[in-house]
Amino acid sequence: MSLRRTLYTATALSLLTAGGAFADGHSKTITIATVNNGDMIRMQGYTDNFTEATGINVEWVTLEENVLRQRVTTDITTKGGAFDIMTIGMYETPIWGANGWLVALDDLSAEYDAADILPAMSGGLSHDGTLYAAPFYGESSMVMYRTDLMEKAGMEMPDAPTWEFIRDAAAAMTDRDNDINGICLRGKAGWGEGGAFITAMSNSFGARWFDMDWNAQFDTEAWANTLNFYKGMMDASGPAGYATNGFNENLSLFNQGKCGMWIDATVAASFVTGKDSTVADSVSFALAPDNGLGKRSNWLWAWALAVPAGTQKEAEAKQFIEWATSKDYIELVAANEGWANVPPGARTSLYENPEYKKVPFAQMTLDSILSANPNDSTVEPSPYVGVQFAAIPEFAGIATEVSQEFSAAYAGQQTVAEALEKAQAITNDAMEAAGYK
Amino acid sequence: MARATTTNRKIITTAAAWTIALIIFFPIYWTILTSFKTEAQAINDPPLFFNFDWTLENYAVVQERSDYMKFLWNSVIVAGGSTLLGILIAIPAAWSMAFVPSRRTKDILLWMLSTKMLPAVGVLYPISLIFVEFNLLDTRGGLIVVLMLINLPIIVWMLYTYFKEIPGEILEAARMDGATLKEELLYVLTPMAIPGIASTLLLNFILAWNEAFWTLNLTAANAAPLTAFIASYSSPEGLFFAKLSAASTMAIAPILILGWFSQKQLVRGLTFGAVK
Repeated sequence: MSLRRTLYTATALSLLTAGGAFADGHSKTITIATVNNGDMIRMQGYTDNFTEATGINVEWVTLEENVLRQRVTTDITTKGGAFDIMTIGMYETPIWGANGWLVALDDLSAEYDAADILPAMSGGLSHDGTLYAAPFYGESSMVMYRTDLMEKAGMEMPDAPTWEFIRDAAAAMTDRDNDINGICLRGKAGWGEGGAFITAMSNSFGARWFDMDWNAQFDTEAWANTLNFYKGMMDASGPAGYATNGFNENLSLFNQGKCGMWIDATVAASFVTGKDSTVADSVSFALAPDNGLGKRSNWLWAWALAVPAGTQKEAEAKQFIEWATSKDYIELVAANEGWANVPPGARTSLYENPEYKKVPFAQMTLDSILSANPNDSTVEPSPYVGVQFAAIPEFAGIATEVSQEFSAAYAGQQTVAEALEKAQAITNDAMEAAGYK
Repeated sequence: MARATTTNRKIITTAAAWTIALIIFFPIYWTILTSFKTEAQAINDPPLFFNFDWTLENYAVVQERSDYMKFLWNSVIVAGGSTLLGILIAIPAAWSMAFVPSRRTKDILLWMLSTKMLPAVGVLYPISLIFVEFNLLDTRGGLIVVLMLINLPIIVWMLYTYFKEIPGEILEAARMDGATLKEELLYVLTPMAIPGIASTLLLNFILAWNEAFWTLNLTAANAAPLTAFIASYSSPEGLFFAKLSAASTMAIAPILILGWFSQKQLVRGLTFGAVK
């Protein structure tokens, strides 16, 4: 082939490939952006049932949680219209709902029974009393512990332990010679990783992010107590390098039998009792600890389905949401994969089902969810909604920076006092720049 | 004595080269190895090197869950299209800079390169808005244009370097023989720069293939390439390392094979003009 022909072919090819792909999707196809986790992947497997019943095709865009957050945020703020349904959480929903970026889900059918959604979930996914996202599954956090190690330590886990008990039990269960750490907790920087854990923990120590005038509160004794307690306990009984451990690292340690206790998301219960766990037969659960101040240290989260305002396929999108978050979907999964695998934490009726009550972590998950109130999460009054976050647009950025300072303190790169001092400055500066003060 | 020194130097150099090569290759090796483990084996401590039950289950799951061929085809189109388009624009640009430079040519070259120093996220919103305005979101055409623009400075720089090695007198002779500008570019310059153009094509194809910011942020279901395929298996809540490794192996396999077969041309092109 001559050089000229090669170049002409190349030109034609590049123009063809450029031009040929400008075509749009199909009319009866909805595109859904979602996260990669067990429940969401399972739902994708049942999509054919929805298509058969409605004739609506579904295209899935599955992304890692942080990538998804960036992608859907860009799409909704630029009115990109790439997605007809977005999987978002309790942090985004009230903010986006308030901005008018989401379609209100106030006209769901009577058959759907919106009143059956757990009040904690519908409360966190609403703005001004209007539901903007339907929970697919909900979660809180709780203590997962090794019954054999607890017994060996000569202790008994109460259903609702205190932090003092957790610290003592962690010390008693720690066996460095056998590579067993008494407790594994998140320390990794990131507002949704270590930041979420320490914020939920701080609630039980009487701390809060802001006072009623949006002043940062990291200079209070309650925050110093929280961080000193966490670091003291983890230095004594936690795994090496805990400052960089997140959910997955701790799950890995726990499943390999290297943690006596792990306080984390309730969805982890099915992992630590699943086939990949080496300790599945000796795991039990308890409520997240408290300090006797009236607030426990568990968080509240839901992955929910929302319809972005401006989509051309609003009716089809709502139809899908009704199907995916319905009682019928739960029964479909239960019939095929067992009750332990249904999406938890979204509907009241699930916890009234006698079959689901037999699942070992069902009651503890419900109790954990019910004990977290996003509208009243702190001992002293606070101006924000949210348990492990404050539902304001600035929070993700601020909390990521603050959690980096905390992680540096856990790693011994600075003292707790220095980390808190920096956190105070970071937060106040950001809030001032954002016009809160 | 001199021979002993030379032999020692050879041994040290060879050992150093192997060590560096192994360090560079280890993550790829580990990814491929992990793709044949179960999820439990993937997180085993101490890590398992060979003593585990090899399984193809992860590949089966990935095949079942995702339309690999669709992602692959998008990658081929987007990487290939952006590279070809880039070359078509860069050849005349590099020609003018190499053979008819102005006082500002060096400045322009540096300015072009400096655009690579801008963090991509800094222009995420402007580019997204342009894409929305021109209905380019989630189209391969839009991605081809963006990736071409991103890699254009590198393409121009590389071609400029190769063209500078070609004596200008040859082009002058062609002109004196009556060659038009088009003929000069097509029949004189391009054939002489084929090794350089080939290595530029290869390198930019690899860069476009691996690009994972714009390909994730400007696509959804239709134009998503293999980078989105990999991202769909990453999760901060759930241990899916074995499946993620299988997806990664499937995504890097075509480019690894291409790189393997073209390494001679790639090295030749990259070192072209390095030693005078």
